[in-house]
Amino acid sequence: MSTTHDAPEALDAETTPTENPARQLHLAVALDGAGWHPAAWREPTAQPELLFTADYWIDQARTAERGLLDFVTIEDSLGLQSTDPLGPDGRNDQVRGRLDAVLTAARIAPVTSHIGLVPTATVTHTEPFHVSKGIATLDYVSTGRAGWRAQLSASPAHAEHFGRRTIDGFDPADLASPEVLALIDDLFDEAADFAEVVRRLWDSWEDDAEIRDAATGRFVDRDKLHYIDFASRHFSVRGPSIVPRPPQGQPLVTALAHVTSAYRFAARSADVIFVTPFDTTQVGSILDEVRSEITAAGRKTSQVRIFADLVVFLDSDAATATERKARLDALDGTEYRSDALIFTGSAAELADLLAAWQAAGLDGFRLRPGAVPHDLDAITDDLVPELQRRGLFRENYLADTLRGHLGLPRPQNRYAATSSTTTAALEATTAQGVSA
Amino acid sequence: MSKPIKQVHLAAHFPGVNNTTVWSDPRSGSHIEFKSFVEFAAAAERGKFDFLFLAEGLRLREQNDKIYDLDVVGRPDTFTVLAALAAVTEHLGLTGTINSTFNEPYEVARQFASLDQLSAGRAAWNVVTSWDAFTGENFRRGGFLAQDQRYARAKSFLDAARELFDSWPADEVVADKDSGVFVRDGLPGPVSYHDAHFDIEGQFTVPRSPQGRPVIFQAGDSEEGREFAASTADAIFSRHGTLEAGQAFFSDIKGRLAKYGRRPEDLLVLPAATFVVADTDAEAIELAAEVRRQQVSGQTAIKFAEQVWNRDLSSYDPDGPVPEIDPLEGEHTIARGRASVRMYTDRLATAREWREIGAQHKLSLRDVVVHTTARQNFVGSPTTVAHTINDYVQADASDGFILVPHITPSGLDHFVDTVVPILQDLGVHRSEYTGTTLRDHLGLPVPEREGREDAQVAS
Repeated sequence: MSTTHDAPEALDAETTPTENPARQLHLAVALDGAGWHPAAWREPTAQPELLFTADYWIDQARTAERGLLDFVTIEDSLGLQSTDPLGPDGRNDQVRGRLDAVLTAARIAPVTSHIGLVPTATVTHTEPFHVSKGIATLDYVSTGRAGWRAQLSASPAHAEHFGRRTIDGFDPADLASPEVLALIDDLFDEAADFAEVVRRLWDSWEDDAEIRDAATGRFVDRDKLHYIDFASRHFSVRGPSIVPRPPQGQPLVTALAHVTSAYRFAARSADVIFVTPFDTTQVGSILDEVRSEITAAGRKTSQVRIFADLVVFLDSDAATATERKARLDALDGTEYRSDALIFTGSAAELADLLAAWQAAGLDGFRLRPGAVPHDLDAITDDLVPELQRRGLFRENYLADTLRGHLGLPRPQNRYAATSSTTTAALEATTAQGVSA
Repeated sequence: MSKPIKQVHLAAHFPGVNNTTVWSDPRSGSHIEFKSFVEFAAAAERGKFDFLFLAEGLRLREQNDKIYDLDVVGRPDTFTVLAALAAVTEHLGLTGTINSTFNEPYEVARQFASLDQLSAGRAAWNVVTSWDAFTGENFRRGGFLAQDQRYARAKSFLDAARELFDSWPADEVVADKDSGVFVRDGLPGPVSYHDAHFDIEGQFTVPRSPQGRPVIFQAGDSEEGREFAASTADAIFSRHGTLEAGQAFFSDIKGRLAKYGRRPEDLLVLPAATFVVADTDAEAIELAAEVRRQQVSGQTAIKFAEQVWNRDLSSYDPDGPVPEIDPLEGEHTIARGRASVRMYTDRLATAREWREIGAQHKLSLRDVVVHTTARQNFVGSPTTVAHTINDYVQADASDGFILVPHITPSGLDHFVDTVVPILQDLGVHRSEYTGTTLRDHLGLPVPEREGREDAQVAS
């Protein structure tokens, strides 16, 4: 990043006000511990003693909501944090321990009003039936603001927490070996089946299935409840869900993807895909690959939003931010590296980068604050106003649901569309009416 | 020496997916939307109740191979609703029913420990078991258990969960910025649990929660269920709501505690109880009869009879006599996903009994079902109901009651506004919360970490 920045020029570049949602970018923040730098909990303003309390997470979500962000994601996993992909590393100088992300999101929901809530839930050792009803219920308690970050686990240590199967670990350095690729492909294949079951269960009740018909004594119209009858080599699930179709119809499904098998999974399953380019050229090549996978999966690229992940250290200038990161690196004893680009600089410089990457085709960004509260506050208080000045970010929330923030429509119910010719005919009429 | 006066523990059961809940009442609201839960919880907290209780069922019920559509159908996810309710309540305990057959201990322990953290010590777990392949069809583990295995698995599940809950010492998180020590031990939460049901090895991720462990409820009533509760539970959710049955159950359960080294006060007996309160006893009796007929429509009566007869009775008239045809014996096939069918262990005898009641009182099938299945536990004026509840508790028929209203979400309001003040005047129900955790409300201590030395970790 450049250490000098011509702010007035950036302002001049955008002189017309902002009400053009088409050219606005989307912003999310990824919440995890005290921030993404492993020594962030030692910052003077950090509150590591509160990490396992509700208020700590509510404060962060409220800060993001004050910044009009689209959503927050909440990290989670079925094991301890570690620097070693194979299992615990024994370090006691980094944050260890974590609350369940779906429940944390549910705890936040009633005390926020607009921000989307996207907890992580693992697919590898868990039940799609439980995850489906958990996220559907998050959508109810947040009145339409729920999402889900689907994450798989290739950790042998996590597998031992369940004792149902053995997973051979691998070193990320061996990512090219045929055995590792086969394992990863298999896990992503299972993940895609999992997401398919979750989505079918969300549709397993038609929107108007609850009829409360006193005359016939029927609470539901059972013809509007559907068995999903999913069966694959990984598992089978009968349905229907115990939870009626959630407010958004389909809560937002998101996935982080770095490699082809992950792009393929995300292209099949996700509404928002987080990718990790390091420069504008990579933005282009990753977008090409992801979009071709989306098309290959039989979906429209307009149905999917692609975000880039960035770790951000924001200060008044690049030197200060770089120095802060270096100080944290020294505390941790290692230079912090990430799967995503690490940005150190001012809010205006970050705005330049986001604008350039948006111009290269990205829809939005998931920012991982290096340290909380510092970098989260800077996103809301410095970056958002900078983007607003450039007409690149909303001035107010324009929708009440998470899908609404992202300009994604409430999907048709797959079962309603196919189970009734009358419904299909009505939809055709409506579509004609709209296009006429 | 006279017995000390006991405090009455009160809890609120969110109306469930059975015919107790009268959805056809004009006041009946959503069973799914969060605002119903908020309103219901607010009433319970206004009444200084100990906790709110959620039941669970993991497959929609079926009868005659069709989804059962006469009762409320559908409910939200237990954990998610309870975590959200923690945001809109301050003192109320949050009790969730979670099945030990279609879950894994590591995941459930994480969820309950997280709920206890997020509610600052108000979580409770009603451990239930099931064995049916019908519910198993919704789960990747599929399968099911032999009925005689379900308590063995539940016991293992709870043992494993306890080890997980106890895995972090209370002072594990140091978070000292200067020294750079976040956790005392670089491998916090060690767990090693292996038996015939589970193989769990590794590290738990949630620091020890405010209550140490969530409060554990047990709901089974069989010999095995009672023994299971006596050995491990903090409270038992029973169905013995009458005075005599309650006293017999109470003394049976409390009598089993000593052999596990437990005191009578270590396990609370809390039966479910329905109620109808009106201005006068006469009005309440009349209203209660009306509610019972709302709960048992003609169609519902036929469905109940089918559960006893284990055969299709759709051609019978609910306003006619009890069917003369005999029940089908053998495996129960007519109703699925419904635990209550197990109550009818001798179907021929039940059918005979129903016919006798019908003949003796000149009752239709529907009237017989109303007569035999739906009687409310407490019916009367506020004074009558308050005194009856208190008398039951003082007579050791229970330690209190989990109230099951028939209207969602307002069904608790009248009780809270009229009966609770009388109990408070009698000095048997709190006027203000005196503690912050559910263990405080129930008079249960924070448990020791079992089998673990809280000594400093060797360096």
